[in-house]
Amino acid sequence: MHLERLEVAPGVHEWALAEAVLKTLYDTLGCRRVDRLVLGLGELQAIDRDVFLFALKTLAEEMGGIGRVEVREVEARFRCRRCGYEWTLKGAGLGEEEREAIHFVPEAVHVYLSCPRCGSHDFEVVSGRGLAIIDVEGEGCRVQE
Amino acid sequence: MYRSDPRFSVIGDRLRSIDTVLVVASPKGGVGKTTIAALTALAAAGRGLQAGLLDLDLTNPCTHIVLGVDPGLELIEEEKGIVPPRIHGVSYMTVAFFTGGRGLALRGGEATNVILEILAVTRWPRLRLLVVDTPPGIRDEVLDILNIASTIHHDSRVVVVTTASRMALEAARRLLGILRDGGFRVAGLVENMATGARSGVDELAEAMGVEVLARVPYDPGLEDALGNPPALLKTRAGRALEQLLGKLF
Repeated sequence: MHLERLEVAPGVHEWALAEAVLKTLYDTLGCRRVDRLVLGLGELQAIDRDVFLFALKTLAEEMGGIGRVEVREVEARFRCRRCGYEWTLKGAGLGEEEREAIHFVPEAVHVYLSCPRCGSHDFEVVSGRGLAIIDVEGEGCRVQE
Repeated sequence: MYRSDPRFSVIGDRLRSIDTVLVVASPKGGVGKTTIAALTALAAAGRGLQAGLLDLDLTNPCTHIVLGVDPGLELIEEEKGIVPPRIHGVSYMTVAFFTGGRGLALRGGEATNVILEILAVTRWPRLRLLVVDTPPGIRDEVLDILNIASTIHHDSRVVVVTTASRMALEAARRLLGILRDGGFRVAGLVENMATGARSGVDELAEAMGVEVLARVPYDPGLEDALGNPPALLKTRAGRALEQLLGKLF
């Protein structure tokens, strides 16, 4: 089942993020048991995959547990709202501090990047912003299709 | 709409440590929302109350100027989220920490994303009062914080700031109408740059059935005190906001 309405997701820190995912599964979706979870991790937010998965498993022990977790990396893509140019993070030349700021709040990318063609800061993050819950299988999950 | 977003799942928990959320709003720019929001938080802390300040003016945050903070990532502490720094006794969060105070070009849905992100990640300590500064207008930032706070927090109130200018009063009247229709809890009006005489603010308050919580006089010394909270609290404006706290608690 595809959770279209849950695709835009948090870019909170890994632990806070894992907590948000679990509360969504067990509270919002009403899962009693989660057998399989598919997550998308946006390149822009640069979530530490290992820390996130550790946090998810650790916090899940206090809730209903969690089964197999699949993670899909999603490339960050941008589209300029002024000239229509599309580009990715490759060669963007972001520094460490800039990446950290974007890690906390992905929309901060509008400060640190501008359109390579026209220089506009008014661009759309087409994909790869933050975390997305793509799919879940389990007992009692009220999935919105 | 928010309920389908995983971040919304944790925001209620994040705000649970806060007794009262006070949203400072005005559709009209330049009436002094930011100064009043920051001074209210500082005055509360000065009274010994656990106080916080959240700047939701995402594209043009300025509370750090009032508090005298040079915004940057080095000020925040990571602990399974972000612990806001304490500035002159006020727990403080602003998007300027992440933008370095530079301009942030945002459109509607992106503003909502930033607000959800910040609310989901910020781990507020126990607070008696969280003051929220908002940008001018009745758009995303204002609507989002009103919707979220009124939906998941047990005590969220709105203070509408205005001057006696007819333009500001008209803007305040429009916002009060929307708040009334939506069933939001309005704490009352704050008149800024007040002269002391009866003004259109009193007439607006009577017409809309709300209270004038405080009258903040025009204070030419205020600009020089920006960035110096102890000096700010001694200004006429700072002292006047004691009235507001007295009405709230």
